[in-house]
Amino acid sequence: MTIIGNGAEAVIALVGNTVIKTRIQKHYRLKEIDESIRRDRTRTEARLISEARRCGVPTPVIRDVTDFEIKMEYIDGIPLKEIINTALSGQTGELIGCLHNCGIVHGDLTTSNMLLKDGKLFLIDFGLAYLEKTVEARGVDIHVLFQTFESTHTDHEELISAFKKGYARTFRHADEVIEREKQIESRGRYA
Amino acid sequence: MSGISILGLEGTAWNLSAAIVDEDDVIVENTATYKPPTGGIHPREAAQHHAAHIADVIRKTMENGNKIDAVAFSQGPGLGPCLRTVATAARALSLSLDVPLIGVNHCIAHIEVGIWKTRARDPVTLYVSGANSQVLAYRAGHYRVFGETLDIGIGNALDKFARSAGLSHPGGPKVEELAKQSTQYIKLPYTVKGMDFSFSGLATAAQEASRKYPLPDVCSSFQETAFAMLVEVTERAVAHTGKKEVLLGGGVGANSRLREMLEIMCEERGVEFYVPEKRFMGDNGAMIAHLGLLMYKSGYSTRVSESKVNPNYRPDEAIVTWR
Repeated sequence: MTIIGNGAEAVIALVGNTVIKTRIQKHYRLKEIDESIRRDRTRTEARLISEARRCGVPTPVIRDVTDFEIKMEYIDGIPLKEIINTALSGQTGELIGCLHNCGIVHGDLTTSNMLLKDGKLFLIDFGLAYLEKTVEARGVDIHVLFQTFESTHTDHEELISAFKKGYARTFRHADEVIEREKQIESRGRYA
Repeated sequence: MSGISILGLEGTAWNLSAAIVDEDDVIVENTATYKPPTGGIHPREAAQHHAAHIADVIRKTMENGNKIDAVAFSQGPGLGPCLRTVATAARALSLSLDVPLIGVNHCIAHIEVGIWKTRARDPVTLYVSGANSQVLAYRAGHYRVFGETLDIGIGNALDKFARSAGLSHPGGPKVEELAKQSTQYIKLPYTVKGMDFSFSGLATAAQEASRKYPLPDVCSSFQETAFAMLVEVTERAVAHTGKKEVLLGGGVGANSRLREMLEIMCEERGVEFYVPEKRFMGDNGAMIAHLGLLMYKSGYSTRVSESKVNPNYRPDEAIVTWR
């Protein structure tokens, strides 16, 4: 077993070709609250990962879900962060268009949470994902991604414009969301 | 006394306070608190209170003849009528003393006074008061808001619930006291969306629960739920920014259960936890004077023509010139 991630609320381990994501206990909160949060979120995350795949967004296959643990397929791909170009950014736009069309907001879109494997783009880490169809939530979702583009890729303007084109190809409310994203940016939040 | 000294005026809500600080310490501070006869804070009545007492508070603060290099005041956020009353006094004082005027952001003043008094260096700050609930950290010229309430502040939520349960204003300390007698946990809505939290649904659910369950149990469950939300987002911000310190500020920071929870979280994450002494947690003139001093030293001042108050002044709008 190798620990491949250690975030604010979960530990991610790799066993063979299975990823095990375990939500860890937080001693600062009451046991009842702690367990109900971890149980609900584990369940929601597993459900949204499967739901996204049904909507045409490649995600890891879920192998097992227990109270605080998800066992899922390990995607042995290259993080988008390392290989992004305008073509892949356009493909990312199409992917997120499908996700939003499906009513899912990812909540943590970064180029580290997208993996390329055999020409197919996979979306991972649905730990902050939720079901919501408001323009605002979708706007924040893509804004967070644009911020990653800006902070880690020098050609971010071309990447963002390619993303927007891809997004509009698969999602008919794209214009509204792109418009809102500009406003969100001017509010200067979500560093 | 040597070096720079600044007079600061605070009056964004119910506390009216004036202070003079220099680079080392608070030299003098005087406060007049508006206490509503019944119910919560009425903005106009609070402003009338401030108008009636501000001359006196300033006179007392200045009576020892301390040197004043600039006059700082809370430009926002806060209750409009209160802000306008205090800003008017600040402008008059700056013109009559012929010293610069400095409009400061109230939320950032809470952070900076905490840093000053605890010797934290670059913390993630949880700022919790009546109207405000935010998780902030400094990055590239601004204090960024990493998470905040989507509706009302945690203090207002506590007050709203407390009033409905027949407890007098301010409700927070009474809820905290009653919670100590609790024997069971009652499930209440826990709302964290991404990095933001929401309290109004919780306050309503707690009001309903208090008709069915013993009040101490509802008080405790309210605190446990709301504070877990605040601590969770604070922890996320720590993980995200990689910062090594957490600072608590604002009036609700006086709550010992909230402190305990933050302490446990910080210990488990291996980061330092800082809390200033109580007088610097709630609204106070010293924090306004201190931030004024930092801004003054960085060469900042506010022209009278630009000194209009802003009841919705966000901390991330202010350009940090002193870091």
